[in-house]
Amino acid sequence: MDAQVETASRELSYAQAIQEAMAIAMERDERVFLMGEDIGVYGGAFQVTGDLVERFGTDRVMDTPISELGGAGVAVGAAVTGTRPIFEFQFSDFATLAMEQIVNQAAKMRYMLGGAVSVPVVMRFPAGSGTGAAAQHSQSLEAWLGHVPGLKVIQPATPHDVKGMLLAAVEDPDPVMIFEHKLLYKMKGEVPEGYYTVPIGKAEVRRQGADLTIVATSIMVHKALDAAEQLAAEGIDVEVVDLRTVRPMDRETIIESVRKTSRLMCVYEGVKTLGVGAEISAMIAESEAFDYLDAPIVRLGGAETPIPYNPELEKATVPQVDGIVKAARDLAKGAR
Amino acid sequence: MAGKAKTGAAAKKDGANLPFLYQHYDHETLRGALRKMYLIRRFEEGAEESYMRGLIHGTMHLSIGQEASAMGICLGLTDDDQITSTHRGHGHSIAKGADVSRMFAEFFGKTTGYCRGRGGSMHIADVTKGNLGANGIVAGGIPIAVGAALTAKKMKNGKVVVSFFGDGANNEGAFHEALNMASIWKLPVVFVCENNGYGMSTSVARATAVKNIADRAAAYAMPGEIVDGNSVADVAAAAHRAIERARNGEGPSLIECKTYRYRGHSKSDRNRYRTKEEIEEWMTQRDPIEHFEEELQEFGVIDLAGIEAIREDVAKEIAAGIEFAKESPMPDVANLEKYVYTEQA
Ligand SMILES: Cc1ncc(C[n+]2csc(CCOP(=O)(O)OP(=O)(O)O)c2C)c(N)n1
Ligand SMILES: [Mg+2]
Repeated sequence: MDAQVETASRELSYAQAIQEAMAIAMERDERVFLMGEDIGVYGGAFQVTGDLVERFGTDRVMDTPISELGGAGVAVGAAVTGTRPIFEFQFSDFATLAMEQIVNQAAKMRYMLGGAVSVPVVMRFPAGSGTGAAAQHSQSLEAWLGHVPGLKVIQPATPHDVKGMLLAAVEDPDPVMIFEHKLLYKMKGEVPEGYYTVPIGKAEVRRQGADLTIVATSIMVHKALDAAEQLAAEGIDVEVVDLRTVRPMDRETIIESVRKTSRLMCVYEGVKTLGVGAEISAMIAESEAFDYLDAPIVRLGGAETPIPYNPELEKATVPQVDGIVKAARDLAKGAR
Repeated sequence: MAGKAKTGAAAKKDGANLPFLYQHYDHETLRGALRKMYLIRRFEEGAEESYMRGLIHGTMHLSIGQEASAMGICLGLTDDDQITSTHRGHGHSIAKGADVSRMFAEFFGKTTGYCRGRGGSMHIADVTKGNLGANGIVAGGIPIAVGAALTAKKMKNGKVVVSFFGDGANNEGAFHEALNMASIWKLPVVFVCENNGYGMSTSVARATAVKNIADRAAAYAMPGEIVDGNSVADVAAAAHRAIERARNGEGPSLIECKTYRYRGHSKSDRNRYRTKEEIEEWMTQRDPIEHFEEELQEFGVIDLAGIEAIREDVAKEIAAGIEFAKESPMPDVANLEKYVYTEQA
């Protein structure tokens, strides 16, 4: 549960919630600062930093050159030595340019040095498809980073969670990677005022149900909830678990849900093969929950292709509500 | 575009005081260059309008105001020479010989598009004309150009490769690594930085430690030349020198074209980082097409009626291109996974 009692709340968009979290983090702790491309006067490619530069100045809202590898590395170096940088990638796809610093340095430095240092860096990744930006600006790479011990990888699905999880990430002594689906930025939701945290590593049951469990990530949580509503009309009672954290994964919540429903489906946007759903499935298969299963596990993930430009093709590469409804119906009825 | 050079006596007869461009290329080629610059501008205006009307989705990066660098460079290339382009690559594509109908079709996501609807504006390419593709990754095309130049050297096929990139790209590691390798291996490549003053919102002064991108050339032991990127004549002269050098096996060069983009960075730019006056000044005082037209008239290459004829002709080609795109078929979703791997018998 949340670390503090929540007081007044109001509607904010997901992007506004991130911005508010960063502002609160900077107000609470002078070591916190922001780095990224065009996050200053431009306000960020998705207007997430917005006008923060006017409030906090260019020393704390730093535009970097177009230098992802160097920029991420500078953030790592700054974090190791006593500051708390929040580094924004303009698109999550550009993590590929910075993999060296993320994977070899940020993730391993503490371990390699036998615990002598911590790397309290936060990296933010606008991710996902649906904007017509094609193959190099639409990927979902959370499973890549989820594969690396030493990193924490989160995918908040709501304005409430992204604010609380970002504040938790800033305080976390270890590197936290936040994947923010671009289509969520404009989504509105209730967000408490002031400071609160949402713990990293805890999944959340978004909808209680008896017939089958859908574990979904990020924007797929909303699609799964829509699908669950449609299925409810048919008398199929779906439980929706919002994974929230890819690493470390919350085994207990998922196992508990599967114990209850005996059927599991994973829905995620990243490429299906070797993705987040593979890990959830394997985790269940290895656990005592395997005995609770009444049907094979089903995974709905991204198609085995780069993201195409054409809007119809683009839609076809990622799970949509209709596809979730159909797959869940088949699973609930035991058909294969 | 394979510019047709004058030969022998014809070349010598012309005034020796004329700029290189006007000495080296015949009138037809020069008029063709103007036509292509119009084609670039009208193509982008047409794409922009189609976007506003909801016919094109995603985003796009317009190079309106930068036509002279694309044209001036490609004038010196043959159809066999190759280029790598950028996210702001429509001009490069057209200057290198692409057909605007197939470009529009790509923007409309159609099967008749250059990338069969898979790539869109940011990945426009025409491999048959030597355009190895625009790129969604800043500086992503620079090492690829060096690789293409390595092929040219290994195969001894005489090709020269041009890598277009922006000022912002010069701060990526890929730029530095690629220039170094091109230099140590003396590869036939020309690096063309289109310095429009900004990488998105970040000015060169705020992002780059040296004053000019061309200053970087010294670190990689290659010539670095700064030209007025809004003057076709200046760009073409520098391009000619660099391309000759590359073709003669003397190695790479870096050309910095100082220019300016009129439009915002992409379709979501509030233009907060530059002033209206600055934009106005470039648009009214330094327009590359107007400048070229004045020169062409001054040197007797074309008259007003000739210019008007080009404009009308281009307008027709653009309208026909949009029509072609609208009428072309959408890709079949069943083919979603086509082109991920090479089909093998
Ligand atoms: C590796 C990478 N980082 C960031 C971006 C986002 N981005 C696209 S274009 C651009 C600015 C590029 O500036 P410049 O190289 O000067 O080219 P211009 O847009 O001015 O033509 C940025 C930051 C990207 N596409 N790729
Ligand atoms: Mg630029």
